Amino acid sequence: MSRMARAWDSDLAYGFRRSPLAVLSLAVLLMLVAGAVLAPLVAPTDPFDPASLDLMNGFTPPLTENEFTGERFLLGTDDQGRDVFSAILFGMRISLMVGVLAVMLAMVIGVSLGLVAGFRGGLVDSVVMRAADVQLTFPAILVAMLIFGVAKGITPVEYRDQMAIWVLVLAIGFSDWVQFARVVRGATMVERDKDYVQAARLTGRGSLSIMLRHVLPNVLSPVLVIATISLALAIIAEATLSFLGVGAPPTQPSLGTLIRIGQDFLFSGEWWILAFPAATLLALALSVNLLGDWLRDTLNPRLK
Amino acid sequence: MSAPDPVPPALELRNLRVDIPTRRGTLRAVDDVSFAIAPGEILGVVGESGAGKSMTGNAVIGLLDPPARIAGGEVHLNGRRIDTLGRGALRRIRGAEIGMVFQDPTSSLDPLLTIGDQLVETMRAHLDISGKAARARAVAALEEVGIPGARDRIDSYPFQFSGGMRQRVVIALALCAEPSLVIADEPTTALDVSVQAQIIALLKRLCAERGTAVMLVTHDMGVIAETADRVLVMYAGRMAELGPVREVIDRARHPYTAGLMASTPAASRGARRLYQIPGAMPRLTDLPEGCPFHPRCPKAQEDCRRVPRPTLAADGGRAACLHPLDPERGAEDVARAAEGTAR
Repeated sequence: MSRMARAWDSDLAYGFRRSPLAVLSLAVLLMLVAGAVLAPLVAPTDPFDPASLDLMNGFTPPLTENEFTGERFLLGTDDQGRDVFSAILFGMRISLMVGVLAVMLAMVIGVSLGLVAGFRGGLVDSVVMRAADVQLTFPAILVAMLIFGVAKGITPVEYRDQMAIWVLVLAIGFSDWVQFARVVRGATMVERDKDYVQAARLTGRGSLSIMLRHVLPNVLSPVLVIATISLALAIIAEATLSFLGVGAPPTQPSLGTLIRIGQDFLFSGEWWILAFPAATLLALALSVNLLGDWLRDTLNPRLK
Repeated sequence: MSAPDPVPPALELRNLRVDIPTRRGTLRAVDDVSFAIAPGEILGVVGESGAGKSMTGNAVIGLLDPPARIAGGEVHLNGRRIDTLGRGALRRIRGAEIGMVFQDPTSSLDPLLTIGDQLVETMRAHLDISGKAARARAVAALEEVGIPGARDRIDSYPFQFSGGMRQRVVIALALCAEPSLVIADEPTTALDVSVQAQIIALLKRLCAERGTAVMLVTHDMGVIAETADRVLVMYAGRMAELGPVREVIDRARHPYTAGLMASTPAASRGARRLYQIPGAMPRLTDLPEGCPFHPRCPKAQEDCRRVPRPTLAADGGRAACLHPLDPERGAEDVARAAEGTAR
């Protein structure tokens, strides 16, 4: 059987095919990701090229002809005459990129610390886990804002906008490692005492080599679940920060920035500037979350 | 065993002591244990749970769980003292010279590596051998332990094998790097009764062919009787009796050994209530004065309470008992004691 056929035939794939919610979530997610990745090709306009913007196009409602220029926009335009649909596609790029990179960062930090803490135990374990406990007493968004503020303070003004995205990744990544560390530590402590790890020690392998070759692969399945759910949280965290005005700058708006901009016009009747980015964020976070839930239920034999 | 052997023993322990420091003082989990296993010999180690059997095995392979530690004595492997070696040297020797068969074959193989990978990895860690040659030997090793269709099964994962088959793989894994000593820690406890005998016979045959010494830790007297050349009975971390297996089984000298035998079901004795040794093994925190077995011993006398810790020397190197059972009447003695308690 080929690799593909075997993957299609696996229990995981079978369970997936049998779950309409999971299939729907994945379809929505893939569509959104495709739109974001292919934004430069798909988007009708480039919302970040000031030269292409026409202020006369401002506040065009969705699917309506602009009274001055006669142009039509799928989801309308904002006050600057920017196409909301294009802005959403480009905004999703930022949101997804920040989300994925932040989760990867959190995963690397959390998994390494959890692995070492669980495997070594003793003082290392205490130090790492107390640090985790302390961090958990602060809301993640507060930690992210703190890191963001400090980072912003030390970056030169002229680089601030370019750095903003990376600072976001750093801030969210550093505020999110705790979950990974806790779960990996617990799983590592279980694996550590199993006989095959003892046998590996007996054959003369070093601790690092045992951790990477034997323990890490065996603790990864819960990590996959947490990574998925964390992705949804990271996307929302990024949106929250941007909404509060401390995240992605208006020159590189993410979904959160778009929502913040749109909020100004909600009460003056231009609902579409807010509603469509918000709906996109909702769809994105929800589909990732539902997938994560499904994955958790499927990978946990006790819930079957 | 009687003639002096020019070949050094595969494993020799001299007055091994393992301590576990705790809040309530230091516990002596293994106290003054000395024995030697010659190449090709199988030494059975029996005793109740907590008697220090596994602790002794772990001390030999150097994998005591902290805070337990070797507090005294010597460990010699093939005539070379290893407990004083540095970590690096110890690691190399240990891995190359000792194979390990664990109790539970579901957890002694890495679930995410194929059995072939695990065999090849172990061989390449200790033998100077190419990947291809190692794979060929892995197939041979699997055939030898009786895995049917070894050539096809080598790329299977552990979960694709039954418990008995997995234990065969574990045995192949323990022997593949040609160790001079195999420590088998209750290798049949987790298996179906129907395959236990097969596994034991396999282990015995392969080790005999290779001249590998075996330290067989178990609490199954039947397994010992069938497999071991000599047997060591442990009680409360100390040696209770050490001798050739038939001698110890048929003519036990330590009352504890006799009790163990009487509490083992045997077809020859017909259907009757099994003997129980009264009481339980004392905790290491409150070992009694004198002989640690005296509160449970049917033959305890006044001096058992007083004279501190008899050693094997008390009975000419056979039993750590001040009043060993009469070699000729021993069996009757125990039978009578057993009858008495069974009532």
